[in-house]
Amino acid sequence: MDFTFTEEQQMMAGAFRELTDDLCAPAALRAAFEGRGESSAARWQRLTELGLPGMLAPESVGGMGLTLADFILIAEAAGRAALPETLVEHAGIAVPVLSALSADARGAAVLQAAVSGEARVAVSHPFNPFIVGADQATHVLVLTDHEVHLLSKDEAKLEGHQSIDALRSLARCTGSLQPGTCIARGAGASAATALAFECGALLTAAECAGLCDALVALAVSYAAERSQFGKKIGAYQAIKHQLANVQVKLEFARPVLYAAATQATVLSGRSRFGVSHAKLAATDAADLAGRTAVQVHGAMGYSWEVDVHFYLKRALGLTGMWGDRSFHMRRVQQQLFSEHLAIGPDALFGVFKELP
Amino acid sequence: MALDLHYTPDELRFRAEVRAWMVAHVPAQPLPTLEGEQGFALHREWEKTLAAGSWGMITWPREYGGRGASLIEWLIFEEEYYRANAPLRVNQNGIFLLGPTLMEFGSAQQKARFLPKMAAGEEIWAQAWSEPQAGSDLAALRSTATREGDEYVLRGHKIWSSRATFADWCFGIFRTDPASERHKGLTFFLVPLNHPGVRVRGIRQMHGEPGFAEIFFEDVRVPSAWRLGAEGEGWTIAMATAGFERGLMLRSPARFQVAAERLVRLYEQHAATADPALSSAVAQAVMDAEAYALSTYATATRLIAGGKIGVEASLNKIFWSELDVHIHRCALSLLGAFAELAAGDSAVVGHDAWLDGFIFSLAGPIYAGTNEIQRNIIAERLLGLPRG
Repeated sequence: MDFTFTEEQQMMAGAFRELTDDLCAPAALRAAFEGRGESSAARWQRLTELGLPGMLAPESVGGMGLTLADFILIAEAAGRAALPETLVEHAGIAVPVLSALSADARGAAVLQAAVSGEARVAVSHPFNPFIVGADQATHVLVLTDHEVHLLSKDEAKLEGHQSIDALRSLARCTGSLQPGTCIARGAGASAATALAFECGALLTAAECAGLCDALVALAVSYAAERSQFGKKIGAYQAIKHQLANVQVKLEFARPVLYAAATQATVLSGRSRFGVSHAKLAATDAADLAGRTAVQVHGAMGYSWEVDVHFYLKRALGLTGMWGDRSFHMRRVQQQLFSEHLAIGPDALFGVFKELP
Repeated sequence: MALDLHYTPDELRFRAEVRAWMVAHVPAQPLPTLEGEQGFALHREWEKTLAAGSWGMITWPREYGGRGASLIEWLIFEEEYYRANAPLRVNQNGIFLLGPTLMEFGSAQQKARFLPKMAAGEEIWAQAWSEPQAGSDLAALRSTATREGDEYVLRGHKIWSSRATFADWCFGIFRTDPASERHKGLTFFLVPLNHPGVRVRGIRQMHGEPGFAEIFFEDVRVPSAWRLGAEGEGWTIAMATAGFERGLMLRSPARFQVAAERLVRLYEQHAATADPALSSAVAQAVMDAEAYALSTYATATRLIAGGKIGVEASLNKIFWSELDVHIHRCALSLLGAFAELAAGDSAVVGHDAWLDGFIFSLAGPIYAGTNEIQRNIIAERLLGLPRG
């Protein structure tokens, strides 16, 4: 039993956090939000230099051969930074799915390019009405229950949609799926689609936990500086208690998230329960963090000039993706009340069957 | 290997051993509440049964009546304990709070004198912290200890002491330096409740039993051997005790996992007529109980790796106390008009004492430092907000 991260995992996450502190510094984020500053391609280049796109691909194709448990801190840090690039979809969903389907020659070729970062793959999934980050993508991986297609951006015939988060480009595929783009069918395709969903829900939960962290940090730093009635507002219990409540939610979302990361790909009732729990806990934490951060900032929090809205908007987008609150709450209830998932204290890490 | 969430074969064998013992020894009928005289005596007997099986406090060294068990084994023990519906620990103030405090601050003689009897359930401990004028603001306490030769004379009035009415010893802090203020000049003492000059008066709790007491110290002479730590070190030691209370030991996750599991069964009986919102509330109870369990395993493995328990004790305390209230509110909602039935009434259905549990849960956000105080601690020490 070990709930800690290895030195390597922490170093990797630390290096990534340092990079995003630079790439997503408030001024850089603001510039990106207003369509100025460094290009997405330039930021993507910096991410590929750390080898991040291929973290979850096998070493045989140039990847690092790591697992979701290794990637979870990266996803959390991407959320914390409100990273504009869809690294999480590319490295955490598209690359593992393409790795699982690498028997297909076209899939294998794109996987190679995706690992090196030359190709940027966006993901279309039946649970999501929109594809995120398609404007910067070279390919779209279209997952359905029966077939998986890999489309070039031209083939996808994308129709753009606008998110309130200017750093999240949304699109829908309008092209019809042709046999020539299919890279998997039948059981393989449905397994890939199911796997992608668990990865997506888990990793967006991690991003939400990171966003929650960023929002608390913003609110704390403002509350420690702003004075009213002759005192720093952070010295008032009315402020302290609200922020403490957010921190409690975050601290009890993280272990759920990390535990879910160790088994999300098992695709069992227990793993689905864990992923849904993680998504609910992390999105609830981010939701409370966003509203609390606005409130703590007062009128400033409602302004364009304060950074709170970047993180609040990202959390809003991620909360509805890869299964919204209703979906995950219903899935938890289904496990509890219909599937009778074992939930006793002896069932947390695998059911203990010995003796009565 | 990181994030390896599996038990070792030895840990699985250990679980089987605990389970077998519990099956053979846990009383078939739940004991009466430990807040009353008869229930207290029966719970004291149960502690002796536990001790006879060497289960008194398994994480302690063998010389003090323990088994030298790891924290993971401790969590497994607790899981099996609550799963077996075993009686509550009447000596929780001793084994969970004073025990670890003695382990850290006690002399070799004090450890040898007090720990084995604690593990064996022979001496039951009560806390003596709060005073009429010093509740959340504990540093405002007025009770004094005056040194006379090799003795101290204790004077003062402690209150809200759980189960002191029936316990054998108490521990608390007293002001030894009359010129001191607030957190300074306080000293930690251990005192037998039948010692000359100690007077205990029970206070009835909401449920009618004398589960609280006030303790009057009227010129109580105690030897310096009953002083824990140095003079003036009382506040530091008391805060360590409070950390143990809020931290890993006092409220095991298994307690809430078992309650949540029963809540699911209760929900299933009422699902056809329940408010649809209750299905989400019940699911939330299960999730929160598991979140607390996972968080506890995370803390345990961090401690095993050499870490210390710090401000997360305050996060824990808020989380489990609110979870306990939530679980019991759900249950009472499901029971509807049957919720108000007193324990033992002939119309009560089933054996789950939801009403007693609800009443008890209301104390959770208050004892071990109110949740308001915990929020201040989190805000100031974890988030770094300015002091008020």
